[in-house]
Amino acid sequence: MDSNILKEIEGIFPKHRILTELSERYSYSFDASFGQYLPELVVQPQSVEQIARLVRLANERRIPLYPRGSATSLSGGPLPVQGGIVVDMSQYPKRLEVDRENLLAVVTPSVITAEIHKKAEEVGLFYPPDPSSSHVSTIGGNLLENSSGPKGLKYGTTKEYVIGMEVVTPTGEVIRVGGKTVKNVTGYDLTRLIVGSEGTLGIVTEATLRLIPRPPARRTLLAHFPRLKDAGYAITRILSSGILPAAMELMDNACIRAVESYRPHGLPTDAEALLIIEVDGHPAAVKEEIRRCEELCLLQGAGGCRVAEDKAEREKIWMARKLVSPAITRMGPTKISEDATVPREKIPEMMERLKRIREKYQLQLVVFGHAGDGNLHPNIIADERNREEMERVEKAVGEIFEAAVSLGGTLSGEHGIGILKAPYMEMELGQEGVMMMKKIKEAWDPNHILNPGKIFPTPGQTKVVLR
Amino acid sequence: MTGGRAFKSGRELLEEQAWDSALRCVQCGYCLPVCPTYCSMGKESASPRGRINLVKLAAEGKVDVLQDLSEPIDLCLGCRACETACPVQVPYGHILEAAKEAIVAERAEGATWEERLRAGILRHLFPYPRRLRLAGGLLWLFQRAGLHSLLRNAQFLAKRAPAPFHLGTALPRVEAPFRRMRRGSLLPARGPKKGRAAFFAGCIMDEIFHGVNRSTVDLLRHVGLEVTIPKAQRCCGALHAHQGMRAQAKRLAKANICAFEASGAEVYVNNAGGCGAMLREYDRLFQDEPEWRERAARFVEKIRDISEVLVHYGPPTYRKAWEGVIVYQDSCHLRNVQKVVEEPRQLLRSIPGAVYVEMEDSDRCCGSGGIYNLLHFEESIKILDDKMKVVAKTGASTLVTTNPGCHLQMRLGAERRKGSAPLRVRHLVEVLAEVCLE
Repeated sequence: MDSNILKEIEGIFPKHRILTELSERYSYSFDASFGQYLPELVVQPQSVEQIARLVRLANERRIPLYPRGSATSLSGGPLPVQGGIVVDMSQYPKRLEVDRENLLAVVTPSVITAEIHKKAEEVGLFYPPDPSSSHVSTIGGNLLENSSGPKGLKYGTTKEYVIGMEVVTPTGEVIRVGGKTVKNVTGYDLTRLIVGSEGTLGIVTEATLRLIPRPPARRTLLAHFPRLKDAGYAITRILSSGILPAAMELMDNACIRAVESYRPHGLPTDAEALLIIEVDGHPAAVKEEIRRCEELCLLQGAGGCRVAEDKAEREKIWMARKLVSPAITRMGPTKISEDATVPREKIPEMMERLKRIREKYQLQLVVFGHAGDGNLHPNIIADERNREEMERVEKAVGEIFEAAVSLGGTLSGEHGIGILKAPYMEMELGQEGVMMMKKIKEAWDPNHILNPGKIFPTPGQTKVVLR
Repeated sequence: MTGGRAFKSGRELLEEQAWDSALRCVQCGYCLPVCPTYCSMGKESASPRGRINLVKLAAEGKVDVLQDLSEPIDLCLGCRACETACPVQVPYGHILEAAKEAIVAERAEGATWEERLRAGILRHLFPYPRRLRLAGGLLWLFQRAGLHSLLRNAQFLAKRAPAPFHLGTALPRVEAPFRRMRRGSLLPARGPKKGRAAFFAGCIMDEIFHGVNRSTVDLLRHVGLEVTIPKAQRCCGALHAHQGMRAQAKRLAKANICAFEASGAEVYVNNAGGCGAMLREYDRLFQDEPEWRERAARFVEKIRDISEVLVHYGPPTYRKAWEGVIVYQDSCHLRNVQKVVEEPRQLLRSIPGAVYVEMEDSDRCCGSGGIYNLLHFEESIKILDDKMKVVAKTGASTLVTTNPGCHLQMRLGAERRKGSAPLRVRHLVEVLAEVCLE
């Protein structure tokens, strides 16, 4: 890094908040996806002023900046792909205030999402978005990636819960968007624009979140199906019967077998699919609804169905789902985790396509996911040291995206585009669609200093997982 | 320094021993919130994920073993809480020890006097029971002569003194050398005999906490076990393995396996979380020696923590009550490596009169980390002070631990909170002995 620029940065941050050593920089060169990109510098801001000054300097001197939370991103969101400075927001002062009267929480971006769950629950409230990494990920990262987890079906996604923010723009202005009211139609909805912008339009320094009353009861069931198609039909049947479950999770046969061989759970290894359904709400309603779900599963050809009678049994059911990740990593060291999402009724068809892709490319491809909202997680297990296999992975991933888009779905339900899916943007949005998004980016960030190389493909970029 | 391996560079050692394991890390970050050094230092290089990444890069030759890898590795407590949070079971302990070994291999030439001293103590003192006993005797003399309390009260020293001074003041009074238990003899069970236990005495435990060892043996007899203390036993080798002296650790392991095989006991009992963890992982030391690996695996199967044995053969009968609130601080290695979590709590809850309170973050390292507090006093104290704040919230009058390193660290913590209500720091065995034994 230019010594003059470094001197200016030293004027903004105290020395111990500027990391320059090679070992430190390499420690911010990755996230939970692929690739390693060495930044020139890492800073750990402690105030809005520091961030605004840094962004102004970066804008003036054309230095790329990459906001980073806990770096649990599966799409390459915080990777410093063009050098420059990683802005580590995980050490930003933590503030978490719950406003019980207005059903709101005001948070700083470094707060861990699970802390919000905990704090809200203490006063009988509930913050529904719950990505599987919520005990690690920062709320700042969750907002900017708009990642939501299994409860999207009933409660909506993260963007439905953010109603106001303080943001440092790519040119260094500090602005407030939205506010403290659920209803707000004053001008363009910049809040929703920033949420899910993957750090390309601004650095969030505070957010106001909506909370809802905590449902007093919940019940969970586990059903297995000899035929995967029937699991798909069971989902649509339940949803059209007037029940809106809080979660509907699907595991395919490969997942079931992986979990069984990893830690025997008594799951039927010959079943093609397994469904976990959870309903929540008033105790009386919940009791009736779970019974109805059970009935519908059996009517739709479930080989067996079990409603958890107590907390221990409920936890055991969810454990089966949680064990999928560790169980499948035993199949190989490299896990490519996708989140292509399709309209709910297309799930059986999408599963069929995935099966064909698995056979065509002879890959270890397993599928699980949030079936209720069509958000599937096809995972390919490979070994990145095996170049030939990785080439097959590359092609398979491309076909997964094509399948999702052709069924009226989308590239990404919650992981974000980052660098991994950027080459496929046009496939879903068309040239004009991508162009309109680029115009927004140009208007906000004329010098392309904030998280460059994300969302939009750089010319000639086609590779997804290969380096 | 590393026996027959000295001709290999640190990078080669890493590539051979740690690279594959490091590749298994998917960098999900689940280890971050449970890592005490990440939480206190607030940077990725102080996190398990960051360290594993640096090991991988060092194995690939992209960063230097000494210049880039050594500091982040040295700053790890080795508490292995990350292993319990890891969804893909990356063997962090194994990666850490390989990294230490690689660093030692690289440092062999330009070691500082401190490193030489440390290696010298580990190589020439700990493996030899007689020398250890001599050191223990000297410590006793030192304390008898009143120098200990003189030091403790020397306020002028307290501010500028190095770490060993502070830890020295936290030492309990050691027992006189002539009062020690004799090794080699067979002590009968009280009441009908249920089996035979061989007791692993440990070095620090036997020299500094000899009273705990004596009580351990008494409690074993109390629940119906006859006890032997194998004479040929040595240091467990944990400190050596943690400092990258693998060859030395293997020699000690072999000696212990032989000594305990000859005891004819059903269970091999120890009372130090750290030593027990090492003993339980002896089979991993011998990846390249199949015959020893098998013997080690049989040895490992018989290793028990004292709390497990007391629950299994007990429960002990109580003859008196305990007063006040008791909290329990997990020994990281007892919890994360040996996976003994419930037994100590179960025993404490069953003590008549005592109010057992589960402390917040009781599973989080106290900053002792073997000899971490000696090597990185400042970082360690930061973690300790946070711990003591949590202890204070519980209103506890007794704090129980199950490992000598933690025990000393918590004693230091108790000393540091002068002004607040007194806090007794006890080994689990001491508490049980007081309420169970005559």
